Amino acid sequence: MNAPVLDKSIQQRLAIVDCDIHPTHKSPASLAPYLSERWREHAKTFGAHVRQGLTGQLTHPRMMAAGQRVDAYPSNGGPPGSDLDLMRRQHLDPNGVQTGMLVALARGGMEEQNQEFAAELSRAVNRWQIDEWVSPEPRLKAGVVVPQEDPQTCAAEIERCAPNSAFRQVIVSPRTSEPLGRRRYWPIYEAAERAQLPIGLHPAAASGGYPSTGSGWPTYYMQEHYSFETGMQSIVASLVFEGVFERFPKLRICMIECGFTWVPAMSWRMDKQWERMRKEVPHVKRPPSEYIREHFWFATQPIEEPENPHHLSEVIDWIGWDRLVFSSDYPHWDFDDPRYTFKINLTERQRSMVFRENAQALYRL
Amino acid sequence: MKVLPGAIDCDIHPTIPETAALLPYLSEYWRDQFIIRHIDRYPFTLASYPPNSPLSCRPDWRPETGLPGSDFDGLRRQALDAFGVKYSICNVLHGSIALFNEDMGAALCAAVNDWTIDNLLDKDSRLRGSILLPTQNPDLAVKEIERLASDHRFVQVTMLAMGDALAGGRRYWPIYKAAEKHQLTVGIHAGSTFRHAPTYSGWPSYHVEDYIANGPAFENVLVSLIAEGVFQEFPGLKVVCAESGVTWLPTLLWRTNKEWRGVRAEVPWIERAPADIIRDHVRFTIQPFDLPAGDAVKLQRILEHIGSDSVLLYASDYPHWHFDGEESLPDGLPDRLMQKLLNDNALETYPRLSQQGNIPAKRLNGENLQ
Repeated sequence: MNAPVLDKSIQQRLAIVDCDIHPTHKSPASLAPYLSERWREHAKTFGAHVRQGLTGQLTHPRMMAAGQRVDAYPSNGGPPGSDLDLMRRQHLDPNGVQTGMLVALARGGMEEQNQEFAAELSRAVNRWQIDEWVSPEPRLKAGVVVPQEDPQTCAAEIERCAPNSAFRQVIVSPRTSEPLGRRRYWPIYEAAERAQLPIGLHPAAASGGYPSTGSGWPTYYMQEHYSFETGMQSIVASLVFEGVFERFPKLRICMIECGFTWVPAMSWRMDKQWERMRKEVPHVKRPPSEYIREHFWFATQPIEEPENPHHLSEVIDWIGWDRLVFSSDYPHWDFDDPRYTFKINLTERQRSMVFRENAQALYRL
Repeated sequence: MKVLPGAIDCDIHPTIPETAALLPYLSEYWRDQFIIRHIDRYPFTLASYPPNSPLSCRPDWRPETGLPGSDFDGLRRQALDAFGVKYSICNVLHGSIALFNEDMGAALCAAVNDWTIDNLLDKDSRLRGSILLPTQNPDLAVKEIERLASDHRFVQVTMLAMGDALAGGRRYWPIYKAAEKHQLTVGIHAGSTFRHAPTYSGWPSYHVEDYIANGPAFENVLVSLIAEGVFQEFPGLKVVCAESGVTWLPTLLWRTNKEWRGVRAEVPWIERAPADIIRDHVRFTIQPFDLPAGDAVKLQRILEHIGSDSVLLYASDYPHWHFDGEESLPDGLPDRLMQKLLNDNALETYPRLSQQGNIPAKRLNGENLQ
């Protein structure tokens, strides 16, 4: 399958920052050079140990081509997102991507139960990102993947990676063993704050063992996909009500691939209940909406599409135009093309904020 | 005093003062079991509403003794007279629905419903009932609907937003079939039996997080009802989201429309935009209304985003604490909406409200039980 390359004449005019690009291994063997002999053997013999009923596949099959853009399969084999040249030709060049933030989902140890294996996988994927992506293509920036259920090891890995300016954030799966605000994860925040790296939260394929909704497991992928949004709402609540931002006042969180129009209603809901329930959470000193306004950024894809497109800008007015960062989700099936993401005319100022400046400020690019 | 003459309050919470009050409504077997095992001394209070928590009861509505909502005279004065309502629909949220023993759950739900007849519906003609369903076992839930359907003062059935499984699942379809047949509205109320963690990353530390989680939970419930095709299968079905919050609704409409365009091959029975299905079949009670107090501009915008004057139902959520004084309506509601919100929408949502009250002859105690 040969990928069509976009015509130069329809190039994106603005140089943009894309906050969600997924690099993938050509095959499981691609990671082998980065693993010690002991863990190479382990990976071959036992494979991943994750909390779901099927191994090596998703339990909610995606809508097409295993969740990938059909035209993103490299002609020389391997999965979408595994070929740097194709990524350049198909996405970075024609879409004017000045900076692309890598979110390495697969085999990064996020979901691995075996903690030592998880730690080894994280180190391996972090080195692989530098060697095979960022070094040959400096437009790309890496995200430190961490074995999140072992926060001490996470902190060590953040410290190891932070001096390399190729790393611009820490990637954590939101589907943890406990809500992310709880204290066991604070060493991650402490290390990230010290390193001045934002935390990027991106939905993971496998769960932390809890159903995708508070009412149990969904039947269809339509529901599973929707839960990316509801799950993130609870994480906002957890981070705020646990007092994470009182303890780490410089911590910055970017929520990726969960939409954003829910943010105002969730802020109002939290403010209202905080008024009512303050005695339960006296460590939360200010209305939750203030922490949300100061500490959170939201990546655009998959962007909500109101029936009346102007309603979208009304909602963004409430969130703050300085808090949205463009993301494409390349090469996944629900990729947002930067030219067509917004169905409304943004002002030049809004456009340069959302497509470039906000991310530059967030990631110190 | 801000009286709303003719208003229909679609969500109030009378409470059974103590479990022993249900003993007369249990069969001999269950009565013995409850007494011998001291089950009648348990409170059967849902963990979603800790009785002394600020959100469970407004301070001036808290009875001097006993549980919030358990003082009938107080309820009549504070929830009915003060607002001048025509009808109030009682959601008796009782812990029977959290039991794992399906037969005990069903026996206790039946007792709650019979208690409701004697202590609420027979005592004040403004009160209307909602049949508490033992959803642990949908077959038993259907039996409970059939047992009570002839009493037209029951206008609704009650399920929780977070129970054993997502509401759209086929295991619950017999309930919807029975509800549709009897023109009973399906009321899904905030709260959890905590069969599952309230968030997809586990158990939060604080009650306030559990309460916040109801908003996202309702989103998932509606996506489930849509994705499973419940409204295609039961075109006469109406669902009321009670105490759901409202202001998250635009996001749900926008996201499900977009999801559907991307995934409709997976759910081919969905033949039109989910937002339109929701506007036709689903209603929302207006307390709580999550919006900064007094912000009429935001309110106006949210109403435009929702795009329908028919989906909102007046409710006080008595005795839960969402507002003070008589300000049971968000500031700045447009005049054109008032008649629909206070009255017309409820009459359209609950066909039984307009039917002549058919009150069957008194049941024998425990007749419902094996």
